[in-house]
Amino acid sequence: MSTLLDVENLWVKFPTRNGVFDAVRGVSFTLGRERLGIVGESGSGKSMTGRAILRLIRAPGMVEADHISLEGQDLLKMSEKEMRDVRGQRISMVMQDPKFSLNPVMTIGDQIMEAYRLHTNASKSVAYTKSVEMLEAVSIRDPERVMRAYPHEMSGGMGQRIMIAMMLIPNPEILIADEPTSALDVSVQRQVLDIMDRLVKERGMGLIFISHDLNLVSDFCDRVLIMYAGRIVEVCEADKLHEAKHPYTRGLLNSLPRLDKPRDRLEVLQRDPAWSEAPSVSGRI
Amino acid sequence: MSVNDISKGRRPKRAPLSHSLWPTLKTVLRTLGSVAVTLLGLLFITFIIGRVMPIDPVLSIVGERASQETYDAVYHQLGLDKPLLVQFFYYLWDVLHLDFGTSLLNARPVSEDIARVFPATLELASLGIVFGVVIGVPLGVLAAVRKGSWIDQIARVVALVGYSMPIFWLGLMGLLIFYGILGWVGGPGRVGIFYVDIVPTVTGMILVDSLLDSNIDVFKDAFSHIILPASLLGYYSLAYISRMTRSFMLEQMSAEYITTARVKGMSEWDVIWKHAFKNIRVQLITVIALSYAGLLEGSVLTEIIFSWPGIGSYITTALLSADMNAVLGGTVVVGLIFILLNIFSDLLYKIFDPRAK
Amino acid sequence: MSDTQSLRAWLLTETPTSRRHAKLSALYHGWLSFRSNTMAMIGLLILVALVLIAVLAPWLSPHDPFEQNLGQRLLPLGSEGHVFGTDSLGRDILSRLIYGSRITLYIVALVALIAPVVGLLVGTVSGYVGGWVDTVLMRITDIFLAFPRLVLALAFVAALGAGIENAVIAISLTAWPPYARIARAETLTIRSSDYIAAIKLQGASALRIITKHIWPLCISSLIVRVTLDMAGIILAAAGLGFLGLGAQPPSPEWGAMISEGRRFILDHWWVATMPGLAIFTVSLAFNLLGDGLRDVLDPKAGD
Repeated sequence: MSTLLDVENLWVKFPTRNGVFDAVRGVSFTLGRERLGIVGESGSGKSMTGRAILRLIRAPGMVEADHISLEGQDLLKMSEKEMRDVRGQRISMVMQDPKFSLNPVMTIGDQIMEAYRLHTNASKSVAYTKSVEMLEAVSIRDPERVMRAYPHEMSGGMGQRIMIAMMLIPNPEILIADEPTSALDVSVQRQVLDIMDRLVKERGMGLIFISHDLNLVSDFCDRVLIMYAGRIVEVCEADKLHEAKHPYTRGLLNSLPRLDKPRDRLEVLQRDPAWSEAPSVSGRI
Repeated sequence: MSVNDISKGRRPKRAPLSHSLWPTLKTVLRTLGSVAVTLLGLLFITFIIGRVMPIDPVLSIVGERASQETYDAVYHQLGLDKPLLVQFFYYLWDVLHLDFGTSLLNARPVSEDIARVFPATLELASLGIVFGVVIGVPLGVLAAVRKGSWIDQIARVVALVGYSMPIFWLGLMGLLIFYGILGWVGGPGRVGIFYVDIVPTVTGMILVDSLLDSNIDVFKDAFSHIILPASLLGYYSLAYISRMTRSFMLEQMSAEYITTARVKGMSEWDVIWKHAFKNIRVQLITVIALSYAGLLEGSVLTEIIFSWPGIGSYITTALLSADMNAVLGGTVVVGLIFILLNIFSDLLYKIFDPRAK
Repeated sequence: MSDTQSLRAWLLTETPTSRRHAKLSALYHGWLSFRSNTMAMIGLLILVALVLIAVLAPWLSPHDPFEQNLGQRLLPLGSEGHVFGTDSLGRDILSRLIYGSRITLYIVALVALIAPVVGLLVGTVSGYVGGWVDTVLMRITDIFLAFPRLVLALAFVAALGAGIENAVIAISLTAWPPYARIARAETLTIRSSDYIAAIKLQGASALRIITKHIWPLCISSLIVRVTLDMAGIILAAAGLGFLGLGAQPPSPEWGAMISEGRRFILDHWWVATMPGLAIFTVSLAFNLLGDGLRDVLDPKAGD
């Protein structure tokens, strides 16, 4: 499997009043044309990892790494202008809640067409046709009407499919999905995931799927990184997640209710300070 | 599932036109209703002020030496023997016909006086708001985008000083420095003494009238007179506009859709102006309308410092000579403009923000 | 030393032992964060100095502020015995500024007592009672807000007659509506919260709910607003004084002093400049203090 992205020793730091806070501490992993899950609680640094790859951490936050290579090019050595060509066109990101991630005063059509035209010299009419096609690809009915609509007129599930359409329209190689279904109604989560999965597969893209939902990730991904306190504590194949060995992963699994093994009382996760001290496990292949 | 999902977004299934027009019309009507009430209240307050004024309107007409019969006759003629509510309706009736009574100072209808002095104020305040917007908005945006940088600090100091300085004092200092010491600008008044009444009055705004008359000399002179008071007034609106712009922008720049725009690969310039700024436009119009109204108020003191023959000078002069009709007429007109500006920004908000529908 | 150490520890505790303890601890935390704001501390220091100057005016001022000396009129800055010079009647400007601080404080204190209290009453009643009472009260508030403040104050002073007290009343009459708006908004949020429902179930009367539960929660946002408004009040009072509608001569009110000095602005600039600087300093101090207080008391409204 060819390697798309290679991250080595990634740190994300934020200066605070009480010294520097390390949100991500020396994380390494690679991504091929696969679905890589990153799981962890809030504050474990999983979202920061995704944003650091796109260099979206704003000052005073700092990103340091030995390298973040996209097909051999180190993103950290790029100028801001070169980085803009990477964003959208080569690596894209879908965020948690379409209510906030779509611009409320622009029509959906304008926002999708803008994403397309930023990286191509396409005329407006070409961009329009392309956008309608893309909306159809994410199963939006009556896409012409949706093109004219504003985000607040959309339901959450529709909004997220629009977001996916917008992020995939420049045909990137890697999609980072940061909790893409957490804000959605349970009934539409699966549908949005299926659409995303189908498109990623069709296009042979790499997917980084960030989530706090262990079951979802184990169902959906090929490989899983488990993060705790800014470090990767365990890496495993998704279908073997239930054989995970790290006490943190085990604790997380045991604190979930299971229909096939009902229990009177769920376990409460007992944290061991040693977990956050232990060096990061490498997720590189 | 997806059918359900879509029909949710499509709820108002009318033809597009009626779908967008009717609610707009309804808001317009509702706004007009509330305007009427506010206006009535405004007139009531000025009416009450007029009644409790320690000036006897009859005496000021008939004079100190009039006989009791004359006094009573005028008292009756003015309707002062009627109940207060009836008197209020008389007052309403007059105001609706733009009749504010006659000025005691020059025995002319107050409405004529106001029509004469108002363009001067309009000219001053309009130029002031142009300064405020042209400098204040970019300054506020920059301060928000570069939060904590030196430009943010400068913007902060500029605003703080603007909020803390008495406008009449700043005007005096401006006159002292730029007119008295440096001699860069014309002094008090709208034009120099040699240029008075040269161009025909069309709009009442000398800058416009001189251009209509293609009299460049008068234009230059008028400009050298207006530039100082207008930029001082502009400075006050700049302080407010830049602060508000900054806080609106800060709110937008931390929104998630900004990250979306960056993920798309947009330049920071486009992220700021095409995405963030687009979201504050409507709020900004409200702020600009409010500070424009504020300038009308600020012009009261500025006009006195600069001997500017506008409505502010008119009201204060009338006040000092106890010319009640003129004071109340001026107050009503300024209040009316205030209300109109408020409604204007309100309506814009309701019409142009897609979420307000 | 160990005493102050333990007091500090007691104040900084994360597990307060009583309500009073929690309150004091919260106050101390607020003070710490306020103290770290240099600008706000400068504002506070200026205002403390202003109060001291006002109180100690008779001992601080080198001359009688009303004493005229026509032989020594319009002396420039730094003259013998008159640091800030003298005005057109030969009165010492520094002494007049010192005594003027009393007038400024007097006006500010009165307006700060009247306007927020009126606003609080109107706002909480309007928000708590609701219905047509709310509609009527808010409509009245809107009408007052629709007036330009200075012009309305001018009209009021015209009706009431010139003078400090009438200026105070006129400014208060134009200053209360924003407070009513704030108090109403706060009341609406508090009214619908669960703990108010709980108190109601325990049989608390509307009066008790308003005075014991709603008012205390409105206070902090009102204090911030009042402090930020102070500068505007000072400027409005000075404006009225300048127009000859506030304090009457020979009173050493700063705005009136500028008005007197205006006639000599080109030849004897200091007569009008000095009182203006005094007004500027004090309203700047209030603005700095207000910004700092807002950050401490109302962190949402800050940046």
